[in-house]
Amino acid sequence: MQLHRFHGGLKLADETDASTAEPVLVMGVPAKLTVPLGQHIGEATEACVQVGDHVTKGQRIGQSKGYIAAHVHAPTSGKVVDIDLYPVPHPSGLDAPCVVIEPDGHDDWGDARMEPWLDWDTRDLRALRQRLRAGGIVGLGGAAFPTAVKLNPRAGQRIHTLVVNGAECEPYISADDMLLRTAPEAVFEGIRITARLLGVERVLFAVEDNMPEAMRSLTETLPPELRDLIELVSVPSIYPTGGERQLIKVLTGQEVPSGGLPADLGMVCHNPGTFKAICDTVIQGRPLLSRIVTVTGPGVKHPRNVEALLGTPFADVIEAAGGYAEGVDRLVMGGPMMGFAVHDDSIPVIKATNCLLATRPQDTPDPGPVMPCIRCAECAAVCPAQLLPQQLYWQAKAKDFDAIQDYGLFDCIECGCCAYVCPSNIPLVQYYRYAKNEIWAREKERHKSDIARERYEFRQERIEREEREKAERLAKKKAALKNKEADGDKQAAIQAALERAQKKKAARAEESAKGSDQAPGSETTREETSTTNDTRDRDDR
Amino acid sequence: MRFRTQSSPHVIPAHSVGGVMQQVLMALVPGTLAMTWFFGWGVLVNVLLGVLFAVAFEAAMVAARKRPVMATLADNSAIVTGWLFALAIPPLAPFWVTLIGIAFAIIVAKHLYGGLGYNPFNPAMVGYVVVLVSFPREMALWPAPSTLPESPLTLLQTLQTVLTGSLPGAQAWDAVTRATPLDAMREGLVSGRTVGEITASPLFGSFTETGWEWVGNFFLLGGLYLLFRRIIHWHIPVAVILGVAIPAGFFWLLDPDSFASPAFHVFSGAVIIGAFFIATDPVSASTTPLGRILYGAGIGVLIFVIRTWGGYPDAVAFAVLLMNMVAPTLDHLTRPRIFGRTRGGPPSGDGRA
Ligand code: SF4
Ligand code: SF4
Repeated sequence: MQLHRFHGGLKLADETDASTAEPVLVMGVPAKLTVPLGQHIGEATEACVQVGDHVTKGQRIGQSKGYIAAHVHAPTSGKVVDIDLYPVPHPSGLDAPCVVIEPDGHDDWGDARMEPWLDWDTRDLRALRQRLRAGGIVGLGGAAFPTAVKLNPRAGQRIHTLVVNGAECEPYISADDMLLRTAPEAVFEGIRITARLLGVERVLFAVEDNMPEAMRSLTETLPPELRDLIELVSVPSIYPTGGERQLIKVLTGQEVPSGGLPADLGMVCHNPGTFKAICDTVIQGRPLLSRIVTVTGPGVKHPRNVEALLGTPFADVIEAAGGYAEGVDRLVMGGPMMGFAVHDDSIPVIKATNCLLATRPQDTPDPGPVMPCIRCAECAAVCPAQLLPQQLYWQAKAKDFDAIQDYGLFDCIECGCCAYVCPSNIPLVQYYRYAKNEIWAREKERHKSDIARERYEFRQERIEREEREKAERLAKKKAALKNKEADGDKQAAIQAALERAQKKKAARAEESAKGSDQAPGSETTREETSTTNDTRDRDDR
Repeated sequence: MRFRTQSSPHVIPAHSVGGVMQQVLMALVPGTLAMTWFFGWGVLVNVLLGVLFAVAFEAAMVAARKRPVMATLADNSAIVTGWLFALAIPPLAPFWVTLIGIAFAIIVAKHLYGGLGYNPFNPAMVGYVVVLVSFPREMALWPAPSTLPESPLTLLQTLQTVLTGSLPGAQAWDAVTRATPLDAMREGLVSGRTVGEITASPLFGSFTETGWEWVGNFFLLGGLYLLFRRIIHWHIPVAVILGVAIPAGFFWLLDPDSFASPAFHVFSGAVIIGAFFIATDPVSASTTPLGRILYGAGIGVLIFVIRTWGGYPDAVAFAVLLMNMVAPTLDHLTRPRIFGRTRGGPPSGDGRA
């Protein structure tokens, strides 16, 4: 297969050997599970149990009402002891609502388990999609975009290609690698289900060339009847090949349009872990309760992959990998390029936790003081989005938010390549996040003030109309008084004039009604595009 | 357990400004040694003085601006400026030429504009142009290359010359110094001789004056090292050299008697060092790939034009400064196409609207 190359990118040292030496360890049930309600990108999820309730394994504890959303389930049976704000893995470091469960040790499904669907092939597509929704599945590559949404293409959009993103490009992370080595069958089943749901003609299964074991296991287990559908492709390991835009470029040479989605090219991209979760939910009736986490870095004693229940504290997961090494001082969720450092290891594993990376000062020394930009353009040379990072940086510093959008701020995938090569140690990505947040905040403000202005104008108009009507009523009264004295002819003339005035009034009222209709209409479109844009870049990396 | 929180990436950074500049300095070493070999101790003396003055002025200015002195000095950029300036001036120029030039470079061209990263002009070239137009006599003190019979000055004699501004003992300037190949060519052509007659003089080797050729080769070596280490990219050096060579070749083919060969142009004066070490100064150059090609080509063409029809035999400094002025515009006009858009395509909006 003819592969293509995307602009820039980095050749990073592969650090996965340490964590792939041992098989995936299935962790037991911890003493307490803190399950965050919001574990996906999109709309909020609300608790549907109460403190004191007994829950069974797989029971829904977080119910989401929105479209771009995912339910949350109890990872094991036990008692709900608290529903409150707790620290969760999030770059902001803010607390978020969580359901705290004290396991009863029975790991009892009760009647919460969905019936296994060995005959999924004959099920209705809508029922299949509903099942994925019920399973609370999100993209497991780290971005946590609700899977059911991605598998429900917009009307008129034909998806012909399914891309399997096995390009785990960050150094250290090996969760997908291990999954492909040990459970390729489940991944293929998930692909089969997805391919049927989307009606695709071909599946491009990309695996990085530094994962030969995974590739071998896939080649050996690929069912013969899928050989025509699934093409296994070894892609060069260049960071960030695992970004879906970059991967699609590598595989097809096509570029996902700026501001658009892979679906615009007739493609959908998923991570292998997601296919396993799809298979578990559809065929076994098991919602998303656990995930594989790579525990690695020089800061842990025995790097390895573990399968942990959602809600397991990081500290327990680290313990499963032999505990911390001497002198560890940084704990990162995600990979070294895009992950964020957390300040506390009591926070829980969530659906997006693909890796815990612990490092010591000598592995990640302080980069030294931030120096002025010397315009070396190294950042531009490595930017996979073909942006000019140093220009974005100047504009962010100058708060020139119009210019920064013109220079493509929202095309930035926050891959961190620019910050990595910057000789002046400028935390470039932080500036872009700041600018994005600032622009979103302003947009929200403007939106709010637009609504306020509309309301004000509407009120003004109503007051004016009421006054006008009062005046008219008064005039009518006066006319009526005069009428008594006037003769019949005159009366008829006045009557006609009054009718005319009334007609006019009715027309006016109609017009103003139309005007107020229009505003909410335009708002809905704005809302819709916003959610798609907000989440478009981050899935399945 | 609590941890430090720091922003990504969580890896050891690839480069530092100080490290990059260090590589540049290393790459300057072979050319500098070759120059010393051919033109005497004065080259080394000047480099030492230049670096010393540059670091001193830099420290003073950084302190005056209340910035961290040691952290700033560690970027090594002042050393590069001092060194490049010293290579540009004649090896026997008196020390105060260096002092004044460096003072201008560091104080005016660099720190009055806001320090490293903010200077629109290449500081070393600003300093050089200031002394070039102010002290034409001192700026002509190029010794003859060592391949010629004149006896080179000893280290001590050189020091004495540089520090006092006059030659030791009974030596005469005329005996020690020589017109550079560019001067010789220029004067020869002005006085009506043909290129062939001029290059027949014993001064000239295969392309240009013998010493200059070799110096050029050694700077080329350093430049290739920088390319290899990816400290610089090919766009600017290649564009500068082609920018000189193509017009030079065109006129040379038209009339080889009144126009020097492209090889002469490329290997005389400061074209090689200019292409690899001066025009590639990131701060004052263009930053986009296409912009860099245009920027380099502009420098090359200007060098040829000024040399051929302008008032100065070597024009690298002027060409670089002139193109420095255009760099921001070039950057603006040559923005690369963004992934997923057509060239100059519409912005993707603000992600929400
Ligand atoms: S890499 Fe850093 S120093 Fe170089 S241009 Fe980009 S922001 Fe400036
Ligand atoms: S973080 Fe953004 S600007 Fe920087 S290299 Fe990645 S895409 Fe380009």
